[in-house]
Amino acid sequence: MADLRVMVAGVEFQNPLIAASGTFGFGREYSEFYPLSVLGGISCKGITIKERPGNPPPRVTETPGGMLNAVGLQNPGVDHFIEHDLPWLSKQGTKIIANVAGNAPEDYCQTVEKLNDAPVDMIELNISCPNVRQGGVQFGTTCEGVYGITSEVRKHCKKPLMVKLSPNVTDISEMAVAAESAGADAVSLINTLTGMRIDIHTRRPILHNNTGGMSGPALLPIALRMVWQTYQKVKIPIVGLGGISTAEDAVEMLLAGAAALQIGTVLFTDPYAPVKITEGLAQYMDKNGVKSLSELTGGVKPW
Amino acid sequence: MKYDSKTGRLVKAERLTADVYDFILDCPELAAKARPGQFAQIRLPGHTLRRPISICGIDRERGTLRFVFQIRGRGTAELAEFRQGQELEILAPLGNGFPVDPDKRTLLVGGGIGVPPLLGCAAELKENAVAVLGFRSESAVILEQDFKAAGAKTLVATDDGSYGFHGLVTALAEREEFEMMFACGPSPMLKAAAKLAERRNVPCFLSLEERMACGIGACLGCAVRLRYAQTDCKFPFGELDTKKGARTTPKLPDGQKLSNGQFVTKETLPPDGWYYGHVCKDGPVFDSRRVVL
Ligand SMILES: Cc1cc2nc3c(=O)[nH]c(=O)nc-3n(C[C@H](O)[C@H](O)[C@H](O)COP(=O)(O)OP(=O)(O)OC[C@H]3O[C@@H](n4cnc5c(N)ncnc54)[C@H](O)[C@@H]3O)c2cc1C
Ligand SMILES: Cc1cc2nc3c(=O)[nH]c(=O)nc-3n(C[C@H](O)[C@H](O)[C@H](O)COP(=O)(O)O)c2cc1C
Ligand code: FES
Repeated sequence: MADLRVMVAGVEFQNPLIAASGTFGFGREYSEFYPLSVLGGISCKGITIKERPGNPPPRVTETPGGMLNAVGLQNPGVDHFIEHDLPWLSKQGTKIIANVAGNAPEDYCQTVEKLNDAPVDMIELNISCPNVRQGGVQFGTTCEGVYGITSEVRKHCKKPLMVKLSPNVTDISEMAVAAESAGADAVSLINTLTGMRIDIHTRRPILHNNTGGMSGPALLPIALRMVWQTYQKVKIPIVGLGGISTAEDAVEMLLAGAAALQIGTVLFTDPYAPVKITEGLAQYMDKNGVKSLSELTGGVKPW
Repeated sequence: MKYDSKTGRLVKAERLTADVYDFILDCPELAAKARPGQFAQIRLPGHTLRRPISICGIDRERGTLRFVFQIRGRGTAELAEFRQGQELEILAPLGNGFPVDPDKRTLLVGGGIGVPPLLGCAAELKENAVAVLGFRSESAVILEQDFKAAGAKTLVATDDGSYGFHGLVTALAEREEFEMMFACGPSPMLKAAAKLAERRNVPCFLSLEERMACGIGACLGCAVRLRYAQTDCKFPFGELDTKKGARTTPKLPDGQKLSNGQFVTKETLPPDGWYYGHVCKDGPVFDSRRVVL
């Protein structure tokens, strides 16, 4: 079988597929289907310094080619995560990325400090959650904001630091540049695109939060474009995500400039997607004489 | 494995009323594990999210599961187009079923498309089941013969009086004697059913609906307000103390882990002593005293 290993910020993933934050919980539910070691890594549900109850329902609905969610960062808080979830998760034979969110810079810093000595391989700074008024997106939509929070967290973070970027901005590559110059080791993009659906009978938005984050296949072309633009601006590795549902999509994302990939919404359509995409990637490599996936990263030949 | 996603062939696909369909799917591995009240996430080609549909019947010998569903939107309309012999992929069995006790006389209260999940209970309860089933009108009545065939005392009510009792199912239910109640249907019906159970001091379990994505407890999409309770871990199969009403001030399990893995401290406690649990994992069947309807 082809060598699927990839390196991101000094961390080696056994294959490029990482479960996207918020779609995989803390892994237990999906371990019913397969050993979690089929994945290169798992980005855990966004965690905050204290427990958060989340938004009132409805929190999810379908859209053409995707879905909307407004879960609102429901999570048990970082202490509970370290005490009850990590001990099991860190034994599953896959890399663990802690996705960290917060209200204020102090929250992020405190959370990250607590994780410094915990068995996580990487921190993913979530400054792009669109579904809570104070979910960090206030830091993620201006270059100054991205620079400020990233450099602040960098001072407290001993782990490789990846910044997850919001697509709800005019130029995402500028945000990536800001993160890089503030000391980020990698960037992941994209988070969800803010959207809305309305029930025409009740005239109410379907989601109780009124708006939500769009994800799924409909996002793929936008994510590819953003990864491609960002690849031309930064030197740090890019973890590409948004709408990947097949091995072909995964190859496209690598060609656009991604060094590794995350998959989220496709798990709801097909929980076995990670296994199928990995197999498809290996076949593509064998067929095309690709020795290492890093050969594909940024390999698109623009007109 | 508690649940899995498998492809099976439809051995039956029939229409029951103008907009309600009756499917039987060949899926022996999943049928072997299923319990009444659990549900499946049915994959629809071209759709991102699966559709949650309750398991209506379990035939372990034949290795089949039965689903009865109503057309409510695009997805269910497309599902209705499937024919006998075609394949469907389902993720099942999901959630916690009804805590059926064949020795307890159990009242099954169903409203409209809430009736199907109760049929599996009737099959296990046999003569100990009393089914009160409510529909809009005669043309919407489904599964009456199936409940009778299972041995249940079966009473039907219609809103317009075109068939059976003229009025609400809960009015029909008032006349019955029972030691346990299971209900599924529209939320005003569930509230009335839970009140009746409380007056009779009888345990009551409700099957709830919420929009879902993963169906297994990972995405936290299908939130439902649950009251704190001390006997959390065994729920819903734990000891029921019907004298300790849930409407008293809930005891705070400070620093204790809840069934959904949440960790509770007084500081982080949501208002009124409830928290968001999840229909797919903590339910879809809940002790009526636990849910904030
Ligand atoms: C645990 C559970 C068991 C169910 N059992 C049955 C059953 O046995 N028979 C039956 O006819 N129906 C059942 N339902 C309701 C059924 O899931 C919805 O009618 C169906 O999802 C509607 O899909 P649609 O594409 O036709 O509607 P659309 O409105 O087009 O759907 C858009 C999105 O909203 C979701 N959605 C819309 N209405 C509901 C709803 N009431 N509940 C959950 N999700 C919804 C859909 O799944 C989809 O993701 C059950 C729901 C749940 C949660
Ligand atoms: C239900 C749900 C919950 C999510 N929660 C988080 C979260 O807590 N933190 C985060 O950074 N991203 C979160 N996301 C965004 C995903 O990680 C991902 O960026 C997005 O869904 C796009 O990828 P996809 O199209 O493969 O799903 C969530 C997405 C969904 C669908
Ligand atoms: S649908 Fe994902 S948690 Fe219930």
